[in-house]
Amino acid sequence: MSIILDHVDYVYGADTALAVHALKDVSLVIPDGQFIGLIGHTGSGKSTLVQHLNGLIKPTGGTIYFNGEDIHAQDYDKKKLRSKVGLVFQYPEHQLFEIDVFTDVCFGPKNLGLSKQETELRAYAALKQVGLEDEYFYQSPFDLSGGQKRRVAIAGVLAMKPDVLILDEPTAGLDPKGRDEILDQIAKLKEETGITVILVSHSMEDVAKYVERIIVMNKGSVLYDDTPKEVFRHYKRLEEVGLAAPQVTYIMQALYQNGMPVHTDATTIEEAGREIMSVFQKK
Amino acid sequence: MGIIKTEKLVFEYIRRDEEGNVEGITRAVDEVDLDVKQGDFVAILGHNGSGKSTLAKHINAILYPTEGTVWVDGMDTQDEQQLWNIRQEAGMVFQNPDNQIIGQVVEEDVGFGPENMGVATEEIWQRVEESLKAVGMYEFRKYSPNKLSGGQKQRVSIAGVIAMHPKCIILDEPTAMLDPNGRKEVVRAVRALNDVEGITIVLITHYMEEIIHADQVFVMDKGRIALKGTPREIFSQVEKLKELRLDVPQVTLLAYELKKKGLALPDGILTVEELTQALMKEYRRQA
Amino acid sequence: MLRDITLGQYYQTESVIHKLDPRVKLVATICFIVSLFVVKDWVGYLAAAVFLAVMIKLSNVPFKYMIKGMRAIVFILLITVVFNLFLTPGEVLWSVWKLKITKEGLQLAVMMAVRLSFLIIGSSVMTLTTTPNSLTDGMEKLMRPLKIFKVPVHEVAMMMSIALRFIPILLEETDKIMKAQMARGADFESGNLIKKAKALVPLLVPLFISAFRRANDLAMAMEARCYRGGEHRTKMKPLKYAGRDRAAYGVLAVYFAMCIVIRIYL
Repeated sequence: MSIILDHVDYVYGADTALAVHALKDVSLVIPDGQFIGLIGHTGSGKSTLVQHLNGLIKPTGGTIYFNGEDIHAQDYDKKKLRSKVGLVFQYPEHQLFEIDVFTDVCFGPKNLGLSKQETELRAYAALKQVGLEDEYFYQSPFDLSGGQKRRVAIAGVLAMKPDVLILDEPTAGLDPKGRDEILDQIAKLKEETGITVILVSHSMEDVAKYVERIIVMNKGSVLYDDTPKEVFRHYKRLEEVGLAAPQVTYIMQALYQNGMPVHTDATTIEEAGREIMSVFQKK
Repeated sequence: MGIIKTEKLVFEYIRRDEEGNVEGITRAVDEVDLDVKQGDFVAILGHNGSGKSTLAKHINAILYPTEGTVWVDGMDTQDEQQLWNIRQEAGMVFQNPDNQIIGQVVEEDVGFGPENMGVATEEIWQRVEESLKAVGMYEFRKYSPNKLSGGQKQRVSIAGVIAMHPKCIILDEPTAMLDPNGRKEVVRAVRALNDVEGITIVLITHYMEEIIHADQVFVMDKGRIALKGTPREIFSQVEKLKELRLDVPQVTLLAYELKKKGLALPDGILTVEELTQALMKEYRRQA
Repeated sequence: MLRDITLGQYYQTESVIHKLDPRVKLVATICFIVSLFVVKDWVGYLAAAVFLAVMIKLSNVPFKYMIKGMRAIVFILLITVVFNLFLTPGEVLWSVWKLKITKEGLQLAVMMAVRLSFLIIGSSVMTLTTTPNSLTDGMEKLMRPLKIFKVPVHEVAMMMSIALRFIPILLEETDKIMKAQMARGADFESGNLIKKAKALVPLLVPLFISAFRRANDLAMAMEARCYRGGEHRTKMKPLKYAGRDRAAYGVLAVYFAMCIVIRIYL
């Protein structure tokens, strides 16, 4: 059970003067149950990449396999693929359209041809998973706050019971409170259900706390694909491509260069705090 | 009196149900007193729904106070005679880069404000050139806005405001929809305007790292001003900021945690350099 | 697919045509369209083709951009051709079952196809070489006399210019919402007409909401920048005829006269 990208290439508008090589020879293996951060600045190809994973975009070169099957084979069921690989777009609240929250979340499972009962059970479970209170279920989605709308939209994808959940910039435009709530909710969901989660972001600080693997995209290619600690080691190179390691990395590096014997691979405040304290206590 | 002053500013909006009956009244801004000196860089922080955007819209006379008064350069915003003067002196930049650019070409958009003010053609061209240069977008003057990045679009919007020769610019979450590079571009442009041109800046944001260089910071919560002071004063109140659900920069947070564990560090550390220096000093002292 | 609609898409380059006053281009486009209906025979169409070819050449816009606008009307074009081909009575050339192709039908079909394609390409020359803003400026000025009849000329021009600016943004948004709903298992392609129409609801509702939100934001941004209608307004790019504009009017007059001459004497 996995997604495999084998030498995937994608060129936008291949037949025009404005052709853009959005993905260049991308090969990746995404095994079951991983929590992955996909990082890159705007235009690095990360959004194009995730749209390949559920077959919304067809690569101009290379092959994508889901559970061993080529997803662009003649008789491959795309609809089923999209229910298994759930993709939550950037600003997903802009896709809400139904008269109430619950009906909107039912849209996905209904499209899969499930029975009314199963559809509603799934919608209910999905709304619970994103932590929305019952009192909002029959309100118009447009009356909710920004953070709530976004959770409803995520529930709309979760209701299809995907094996892989991809979120494209799930925190864009939210305030710190809304952002933490969404990310914590996703982490909890990951823990409870064990599904694969791919978090697309341009913020290292946001994802460092949660993910076990970071894929860094630059100009359509994979620049790094490793654990957060290993990736942040290249903080200088990351800066060159318009990204930044978490502030913590810079602090640890600066301390080390000034002669404090710290390990520089801390990625979160907790780790950094422990590391610095242990150096002080050794004295 | 400063360039922007509010006194006991209250703004209430009435919520109505589907039939138009009054459901309730929400007080979005609650007795806010603000006094901004000419040439200052002021930041207003707060989470969504704290009333910061509503407050901002009063300064440009887009909203009018329910109670209290707002003065811009001594003009009462409720004085209809002064409406266009106020809007010219207090320029405004909004959140969504796409929804505030009117022109099809960058330079035409920047010229929109002066055109509305009735500025003579030659002077419009002069102002457009100056403004675009001030935000570093002059070489893009013939571009279609649709071809620009978010940060570039916001810089064009800022140029559009500068071309009106305002005394102050209010930026309502100009970076909320941008990526880190775009955010840096915009903040850099805004700081330059303040430093070089001496334009008063009111920056509304929820990104704490953008306010490090502000002269004065106001933190809003539930329509009121919950905290005010210099960035350093604000950042030394980590517990309070956490309580207000604001994002404290990692450096400040780490310094705070280390201090709690017993290291002697100063309050309100804002940058990586400051923390490194303070830690090294402490390290050598203990050695 | 949606990006192929080039109408209202300005192509940035330097050329004589780009520099012309928008009023000249508007008048020329209208004259050109009228001329397509004035001429009735091959000589006339040849004249129109030559005129169009020269304009395209002068505009420095790659020809394939002109053709792009055609894709949007391929369907209308086909219908017109088919109707004319089969439904025009006259000398039968070829017949299958109940369908007859007549000589007159064939002529008419080809003529209509040429007319429509010329019309679209001709308008594309204008929209590709004129920024929509200066286009609306031109319209505003040309239609100024209508103000006497209380036609809100400035407001209409402003609305058009804004609409043009937001078309590409809304098209992109349509594309995005469509993909987002497809990710939730929506199907926009299969089924009969009613099913297809129903499938559009999840697309149209978010699109309308977004358009209203944008309109609201934009109105506020315009007000904040002192917009208060056409009064007191000056222009950054006021329209003034230059020598080349007068020359262009001359060329246009010659072309139009020629079309009339061809119609009457040939």
